[in-house]
Amino acid sequence: MKPYVRFPRWFGLALIALALLLLPHLLTQVGTAWVRIANFAILFIFLSLGLNIVVGMAGLLDLGYVAFYAVGAYVWALLASPHFGLHMPFWAILPLGALLACIAGAVLGAPTLRLRGDYLAIVTLGFGEIVRIFMNNLSSPFNITNGPKGITRIDGMNVAGMNFSATDTFLGIPFSGPTKYYYVLLLLLLLVIVVNLRLQNSRIGRAWVAIREDELAAKAAGINTRNVKLLAFAMGASFGGIAGGMFAAMQGFVSPESFVLHESIMILAMVVLGGMGNVWGVIAGALLLSFVPELLRYTVEPAQKALFGKMLIEPEVLRMLLFGMALVLMMRFRPAGLWPESRHKREMSEMKEEAA
Amino acid sequence: MSLLLEARGISKKFGGVQALKDVSLTIREKEIYGLIGPNGAGKTTFFNVLTGLYSRDRGDILFAGKALELGSPHLVAQAGIARTFQNIRLFGNMTALENVMVGRHMCTHAGVFGAILRTPGQRREEAAIRRRAEELLHYVGIAHRAGALAKHLSYGDQRRLEIARALATEPKLLALDEPAAGMNATETVALRQLIEGVRADGLTVLLIEHDVKLIMGLCDRVAVLDYGEKIAEDVPAIVQRDPKVIEAYLGGSVGE
Repeated sequence: MKPYVRFPRWFGLALIALALLLLPHLLTQVGTAWVRIANFAILFIFLSLGLNIVVGMAGLLDLGYVAFYAVGAYVWALLASPHFGLHMPFWAILPLGALLACIAGAVLGAPTLRLRGDYLAIVTLGFGEIVRIFMNNLSSPFNITNGPKGITRIDGMNVAGMNFSATDTFLGIPFSGPTKYYYVLLLLLLLVIVVNLRLQNSRIGRAWVAIREDELAAKAAGINTRNVKLLAFAMGASFGGIAGGMFAAMQGFVSPESFVLHESIMILAMVVLGGMGNVWGVIAGALLLSFVPELLRYTVEPAQKALFGKMLIEPEVLRMLLFGMALVLMMRFRPAGLWPESRHKREMSEMKEEAA
Repeated sequence: MSLLLEARGISKKFGGVQALKDVSLTIREKEIYGLIGPNGAGKTTFFNVLTGLYSRDRGDILFAGKALELGSPHLVAQAGIARTFQNIRLFGNMTALENVMVGRHMCTHAGVFGAILRTPGQRREEAAIRRRAEELLHYVGIAHRAGALAKHLSYGDQRRLEIARALATEPKLLALDEPAAGMNATETVALRQLIEGVRADGLTVLLIEHDVKLIMGLCDRVAVLDYGEKIAEDVPAIVQRDPKVIEAYLGGSVGE
């Protein structure tokens, strides 16, 4: 009806796309470190979107999610490093990592099907630790994971002969290693978001939410809750697997230390802070919790030096303090997250569109 | 009329309480069958055994000629029995429309890959799910509330929504657990019309109810439970005059 309604939406998307494409070059002006930070922020978006399927949609509190991140990372590390002398290409190991994480998700999910709430959280927490401890100890009698020393000199990405660890120049613009990874991650991110949005509005997505809302009623409505829950664990885990693979490629080094409980909690906090169940909320949560600590790291130290002439509070300590305060305030004022799921509004606007 | 459901010797014990003792009953096709009895007589227990929520100690149920897989609700639903709950159990944070769409889960097939790739088949199915859900909301009379969250609906509308969700599974038997509980007189009349409409459309209805007037006016046949035992099963006119029933349950209301 109104001719200008479509245009700004399209225009807005184009602007966002342009901003995202230019971002690494702008960040490079500030420092290459910031491109890396952006890359990790995207990894955390993968992880929190994966966990959002399990926690946000299906309502299954999973505290061991980092295990699937570890599976993805170790798959890449073992199949593309001098450790076994294997150097498989990325297009084989990235999907394989996702697939194995997916299987791990189903396998670890299966024993927890009858559990709910606190009990589920405790058991998944245990599973997360089991995976880490496995990685730590699978160095004898056969050296599979190289134990706590981790795996080094992992191959980076290599697409059509382009090495992702070196800087290339196209059309006079330098593309550093992290910048190249950024574009790959951006592409994957687009894919992950589309997958999430489509799942959310599908028969399977509705079944997940139904289980979260009332498992018994979902069963009575004919949903095989066992299968649908396993599907949630498996789908969620596969995103963790992809993130893990990219992590291994970017870092060139993995060790069990990267996959501690703290990481699971962090990812969960991103999901909860952003707004459980809402894809955009979760993305916002992941970005916020990825960038704010880094910002603090770069501002707190100079600020204190300027004010008091010396460091009084370590940035790391302050980070946790602010983090804790933010979560407490969140739970007090916005318990559903910064940007909560709103099926209500969505449906309403759809109906308006249909009526128009 | 042919038999739709035959329960044989269903027994269920909770600790020392014999909730159901050897209950046998038969429901014919396209009838409205009432299950009544005083509080704690075992009506809801029977319901929960029938719909797979509780396991039974003894006995079995034949449904549409086949033994019903008791103990797994989704298989019971797939066999063609849909139920509502005494204390309404909706998906509160989903819209009314979505609640009914969830009910279509069983009769549809699109999986993860269909959803991710948005295959033509998946899109067609999704549109069909939506259309059917809208039809059902219209059928139970709450189409205007399609976009509202289930938890924001009025009590009577929630009851209707639950019925719509149950109907979405395309059941042969619709089992309603105290659908008129907490309803005012107008709402009860509307509910009665709805149930009669469901039957007219070829479904069989099993009804647990406290509202004796509703049961006696609506049901073709009635079974009476008392302390877990069936003490009567017949057309309402005869059940009403059964001395055992009068003693156990109806009390003075028979003379009204």
